[in-house]
Amino acid sequence: MAELYYDLHIHSCLSPCGDDDMTPANIVGMSVIKGLDVIAVTDHNSCKNCPAVLAAAEEYGILAIPGMEINTSEEVHAVCLFEELKAAMEFDAYVYERLIPFPNKEEVFGKQQIYDGADQVCGIVPNLLINATDISFDGLWELVRGYGGIMFPAHVDKTANSLITNLGFVPPDSRFVTAEVKDLGKLHKLRKENPYLEGCRIISNSDAHYLEHIHEPELTLHVEEKSVRAVLEALLNGAAG
Amino acid sequence: MTVKELMDKQIFHVVNAGEDEERQVTGVFCCDLLSIAMGRAPADGAWVTVMGNVNTIAVATLADVSCVIMAEGAALDEVARARAKEQGVTVLATEEPVFEAALKVHQELHG
Repeated sequence: MAELYYDLHIHSCLSPCGDDDMTPANIVGMSVIKGLDVIAVTDHNSCKNCPAVLAAAEEYGILAIPGMEINTSEEVHAVCLFEELKAAMEFDAYVYERLIPFPNKEEVFGKQQIYDGADQVCGIVPNLLINATDISFDGLWELVRGYGGIMFPAHVDKTANSLITNLGFVPPDSRFVTAEVKDLGKLHKLRKENPYLEGCRIISNSDAHYLEHIHEPELTLHVEEKSVRAVLEALLNGAAG
Repeated sequence: MTVKELMDKQIFHVVNAGEDEERQVTGVFCCDLLSIAMGRAPADGAWVTVMGNVNTIAVATLADVSCVIMAEGAALDEVARARAKEQGVTVLATEEPVFEAALKVHQELHG
C-alpha cells in the first residue's frame, strides 16, 4: 500500500494556452522538485506529448500516466487517463479525427508544440486543439474504457467547460466514479446539489498551464502500489476506494 | 453605432473598455459554445454569451467582433479579464438574460 502525492491534470506547451516553458522535461523536473509521486500531462484533445513525458519521467524516477483532457461536443472537459501509452496514442488518433478541423492561429491562441524525448520541438499540431470534438459526454466512459483507460469530468465546480455548468446537472445514467473539483471548499455544496457526486472519489488537480502552478505535495491517493495500473484501479473504485 | 455610443447608453456595465471605442457595432450574435462562435460570430457584431473563459477573449479576437457582452450576471474569470485588457477587447456585462441583452443592442441599432 502507498500514499501517492498526485497531480493528474497538467497542460504542456502542446495546449495552445499552455506556457511555452511547459515542456515535457520541465514539467517532469518541476514535479520531481516539488515532491510529487505521480503526474499526468493532459493536453486538450491530444496525447502527442505523452511519449516525451513518459520518457522524461522514467529518467527522473517519477510515475507518469498518459492522458488527455478531451473537449466533448457539449464543450464539457473530461480528463482521460490510460494504462498504456500505445492505447493513449490510438485514442489520440481517434479524437483528432473527430476534432472540429479549424486551423490554429498561433498569434491568437498560442503554439501547439510537440516535443521529443530529448526535449526538443519535433512538430506542431495544425488544427486548434481547444476546440470541441464531435464526441459526446454520453458514452465517453465506455469509449475510454475501450482503450483501457478511465475518465473523470474535469473541474466540475467551474463555471466554464464543466459537466455541471454546461449540461446543468450530472446525467443520471453517468458511469464515472471519480470527479475533479478545483476548489474543495465548494465540495459540500456541490454534493448537496448533485448527490451523484456522493458516490464518487473526489480529487483535485492543478490544471496547470504554467510551471509554478503545478500542485505542491498536499493531496494523496491511497493505492495498492506505486504503478499506473494501481492509480487507475484506485480511480476506478470511486468513493469505495 | 460605435462601441463608445453603446457604452455611453449605460445599458451595460463596462468590464473592459477596449482599445477601439470608435469601431462600429453592426449586428448582434448569441452563442455560448466557443466552437460555434469562432466560425459564425460576424465581424463587428456584439457577441452575447455567458461563457467567461479566457478562450472567449481569444475567439472574440479571432472572429473580430466589436465587443463581448456577458449576460446573466456571468463574469469573466481573472485570466480572461487580464487577457481582454491585454488584447484590447471591449467587454460589457449585464444581469439581463441573453435574449434581452441582445434585443437591447438590436433596438439601439434598428430602433
